Formats: sequence, C-alpha cells, structure tokens
Amino acid sequence: MSFGTELMAGAVLGGTPILYAALGESISERAGVINLGTEGNMLMGALAGYAVTAESGNPWIGLAGAALGGALLASVHGSFVLWRRTNQLATGLVVLFLALGLTSLFGVNYVQSTINAFQTIDVPLLSDIPVLGDVLFEQTAPVYVSYALVPLLWLLLFRSRPGLYLRAAGERAQVLTTYGRPVRLVQMLAVVGGGALAGIGGGVLATAYTNAWFENMVQGRGFVAVAVAVFAARSPFKVMAGAYLFGGAFALSPLLQVRGVDINQFALDALPYVLVIVVLVVIGRRGTSPAPEGLQEVFEGGASE
Amino acid sequence: MRQRRRARAGVVATLTAAVMAVLATAIPVTSAGAATETCGKDTKAIGFIFVGPKNDYGYNQAAYEGAMALKKEYPKLKILTAENVPENDDATRVMESMISKGAKIIFATSYGHLDPAEKVAKANPDVCVVQQGNFIKGGIAPNLGTYFGTVYEPVYLAGIAAGESTKSDKLGYVYAFPIPQTISNINAFTLGAQSVNPDVKVYTVATSNWCDPSKQADAANSLIGQGVDVITQHQDCTSTITKIANDKGVGVVGYHADASSLAPKTWITGSEWDWAPLYSDIVKTILAGDFTGSQFNDNYRVGYKTGTNPFVQSKYGKSVSADTKALIAEKLQEISTTGSPFAGPVKTQSGGTMFPAGDVPDYAAIEAANTVFVAGVVGDLPKS
Repeated sequence: MSFGTELMAGAVLGGTPILYAALGESISERAGVINLGTEGNMLMGALAGYAVTAESGNPWIGLAGAALGGALLASVHGSFVLWRRTNQLATGLVVLFLALGLTSLFGVNYVQSTINAFQTIDVPLLSDIPVLGDVLFEQTAPVYVSYALVPLLWLLLFRSRPGLYLRAAGERAQVLTTYGRPVRLVQMLAVVGGGALAGIGGGVLATAYTNAWFENMVQGRGFVAVAVAVFAARSPFKVMAGAYLFGGAFALSPLLQVRGVDINQFALDALPYVLVIVVLVVIGRRGTSPAPEGLQEVFEGGASE
Repeated sequence: MRQRRRARAGVVATLTAAVMAVLATAIPVTSAGAATETCGKDTKAIGFIFVGPKNDYGYNQAAYEGAMALKKEYPKLKILTAENVPENDDATRVMESMISKGAKIIFATSYGHLDPAEKVAKANPDVCVVQQGNFIKGGIAPNLGTYFGTVYEPVYLAGIAAGESTKSDKLGYVYAFPIPQTISNINAFTLGAQSVNPDVKVYTVATSNWCDPSKQADAANSLIGQGVDVITQHQDCTSTITKIANDKGVGVVGYHADASSLAPKTWITGSEWDWAPLYSDIVKTILAGDFTGSQFNDNYRVGYKTGTNPFVQSKYGKSVSADTKALIAEKLQEISTTGSPFAGPVKTQSGGTMFPAGDVPDYAAIEAANTVFVAGVVGDLPKS
C-alpha cells in the first residue's frame, strides 16, 4: 500500500473510537449538556467491553457491555448536572476521575486476560476498489457499523420528532415545556445515550483496535472527541470527517518513522493536540458560535427549563 | 486509585512530619551522621515502587515477582509495594511514606525514579536506596546505587533467531523513548540479526509512551505495512503488539515477559526478567551491613561474563530450527567468555565507527557508546 492509502486506512482505524465518542458528545451537547468526562466514559467502555468479551467470548456482547458502562457513568453526570444543578464542566471532570479510579481498581484483573477480538473483514467486491477499498473496506465490523450509524444519527437529529425534541431541549427549552414535554428527561436520555456511544468508542478501542486493556489506555482520546464534537458543530457527517482527521494525525508519526523520514517526533506526537487548538481558534474567529443556546449558560449550572 | 494513594501518602507524610517535629524538640539529637555506614541493616520492611501496574505482562510485573520472591526468602520482613508511582516528586513522597513505615531498604524500579531516589537517599542516610536501570554520573552517595542486567545480551541472541526467521529481511522494533538502554537493545538486536543475515534492516518506531496501546497498534500496523515480518518491542505493556503480530502472521520476539501464549502461531523467542537472585543478593549485602563500598553502591551491571544476568532468554517457538538453537547456544558461550555482542567492527548508522575491528568492549564501554544507532537500523532517534 502507498503512504497515502496507509495513512487514510490508519485514519479510519484510529479515528473510529474517536468517532463513536464524538457522536455521543454531539448528541449530549445538542441537548444542552457538555460532558467533559467523555474520556471517562471511554475508559469505562474500554474496560467493560474488554471484560465482558473476556467473560462471554463474544466481542458483540462486549460492545453491549461497553455501551452499558458508558451509559452508567453518563447517568451519574446527567443526574448531578440536571437534577442537582451542578456545574457541567466541573462535574464532567469529577466523573472522569471517578472513572479513572474505578477502572484501574476493577481493571487489574483483566490486564492479563486474552479475548476473542474483532478481526479485520475484507468486504467482498468493495474491498477490491483501488485505494478506497483498502481504506474503507478492510476494517473491523464496528467500523462498518459506524458507517451506517452516522447517517442514522443525522436522520434522528434532523429528520425525526425525537431529534426535534432533543435539539429543542438544547436550544429553546421553553418551547419544549410549552408543548408539555419533560425537558430534563429528554436531556437525560441524550446524556445517557451519548455516554453509551462514548462507551462503545472505548469498547472499540479495546476489542477492535488494541486487543488489550490497560489502565488509562484511552490516553486523552476522549478529550480529542470532545474537541471534534465542538469544531464539527455537533453534526454527524462533519464529526466523522473530524474524527478521521485526528485518527490520521495519530497515525502519521509511525508511518513517517518506518520510512526513515527525518522528523521531529515529539512535535508530531503533539500534532493532534495542536490541531485541536488551531481548529478551535479558527472557529472562534468566525465569530458566530454554532453552539446550542443552552450551552451558553453552562456556567450557571445546567440548561434551564 | 492513584488519587487515593496520593491522599493517603499525604496524610502519612503530614502525620510523620508532626511526630518528627515533636520528637525533634523533645529528644536532643546526638549522632546524626553515625548511621551512614550501615544503611538498611536494621530494617523492618523493604519498599518497592513501580511505575506501572504490577500485572502488566511486562517490566513492572517482573519486578513485582522479584519482590514477592524476597517475601518468601525473608518472611520476617514486610514487603511494601506501590504501583503506578509516577516518575516525579510523587515517588519521593511514596518512598518517604514507606520509610515512615519502617522500610530502610528501597527499590525504585523505574528508569525515571532515579531523581526521586537520589533525593530520598540524601534525606535519609540510614536508608539504602537502589535504583533499577538508570546510571548515576559522578559521585555516588554511600547509601545509593543502581543495578541492572546487561539486557542487550539476550536481545542479541534473540536477534539471531529473528535474522534466521525473516524472509523479507525486514525486522521491526517498537520502542518508547531513546534512552541508552533502549538504544543498546535495538543495536544488539540488529547486530545479532546481521551476524546470520547481513542484509537485514531493522525498522524502528518510537511511541513516546511506555504504554499507549493505540499507538502501539499504529506502530505495529505501520511496520507490517512496510513488509516487516518479525516484530519486537521495548514497551512496558506488550500484549497489543504481540497479539497484532500473531493475528497478521508476523513473527514475535518478546521482551520483559514470556508472552508466547499470546502469540501461539508466530512466537519466535524473547527475553524476560528473573530478578529474584539479584534482589536477594542486594538485600543480603544490605542486611549484613556491607552495602556502602560494595558493588551495589555503584552502577552495578551484571551480565553473562560476570554472573547471573537477571535478563534471561525466553523459550523458543515451534518455528525455530534445531540449527538456530545450536548456533544461539554457541554464541551464548562465546559472549559469556571471550566475545561480545558489540565485538568490532561495529559501524554507526551515519558511517562512523562505534567499535573498531578486533575490539571486544567491556560493559561500561558498551553503555557509553550506545548513544546512536548502528548501521542497518532504519529510523532516526527522536530529536527534541
């Protein structure tokens, strides 16, 4: 494979866990709740996904466990933010530390387990397409699922009644109240659903990418996912592009190194994070904030009803 | 867990400080420096700090197992262990808290634990502090030392097996940081492979992290994309790369621990730790009151030539032929007596001379010279 093909294939492979998590964060933020603890949701998902796969022998059941793990942690975040009116950003970080502690405590028993991980599947016919086939259709099953999930989420958010409620909860909660819909319940569902997706992202990391569980193995990718959701304006297709961009940024360094290219490796390793800052600055400059209105009140503690 | 431990250490440190303040005012200090000559002799406990989890299938697990062997050998001594101790002042606090629990022997087992170890040794002349794997330049305090095996020796032998095994003449090496230990491993692996297969190239990828499984996966995939058909690594956690290589039919040379069960199809061989004999020797010396001035009060390196190397060869995979095994046994004999993995001529990557023809460098010379890659390594050392 050529350098470009390998880079793009690596971008999809490494971008997929970020994609799931960023989609989850997008849903949560659309409903007016930022979850800075996405890193924690991914960690819970990674451990739950790995542990359940190890116990059950089936990585699909593992991913269900990952979703549950992420959802449980997100429900903690949601309960505090929505019902106790705590600060969203602070609560997200506290929840992250909770997840770090819990996963390192309970994860110890699974460091040495082996699992029946997701394997690469070449899609018949499609994988024979030059370049595109190598990049998109020689991946694992969770990657293929994500291809379908992105348009589905777009439909859900922008072409369905539940999506309308969800966005209304984030933009104009009063409207939803006027229609007699329970705002906090809608927000809670969005937060929990978003957490479940972030959990799956972590599960994918453990069962379809690294085939391992280690303490703190997400290594900042949850924060990258939050950044992707923000700069992709919480729109599924843009989130997909953003996630692959970061997947590519992570994949670039080893690809250059094995070719003996003379690079400043520490600068390359910082690239994904520099990219976050650059993109945020560029978006900030545009002046118009694409954030749901509910998010602009974040420091007053939760979206209002 | 880390948070909680830190909090606990903080409480202990505060209490200790309070108690010491009371004692300092109540009891007149008589002979402060007298204890320096016999650090650790009357210890009630032995403290171990690890940078990672104790069951990482790698470096930390091996050190932990060494600690547990001491527990069996000295049932009267308490073995205090702390996992996930960062390589900063947190380590100082953890060691101080172990000392407050009666430990006068401390093993600081990660490369980056040297600075905190030096601080603790300076502040506690009655405590023997030994550090695993780093190198103290200049004067060494009477209660401090570093120890390590000549890790590159078994790595050189594993390189022979890798050089015999490869069909593409491309080997892959995933490492974390360009520390001297790693550089000498990569070089020895390359020289071992070249000794049986002069065309071999070793492709390197640095991950800038001792354990980031995602980066390891990217690194392994990049290497395999280049046609590499044997992969080895210098990482703290090793299962990701091992499993990916096995899944893709790429040979695996292990490091730190026997991971052959993770790569049943493609395991070749590897190197692993057996710290128990060396830990036992160190503790014996300290308990006898003989630490200061001993070989351990120094940068102690033990290899095939000088004793029992704590880094031993892992078992062979089924693909390794009897001829290769015999050849490796022969080389082991050679480097245990008159030879060396770095016996000249050894050329550097840029065409310079590391060791001239006929030179058989000793351990110190090898450690000093391994700051650059040898010829045959593909990839640059990371620049800062």
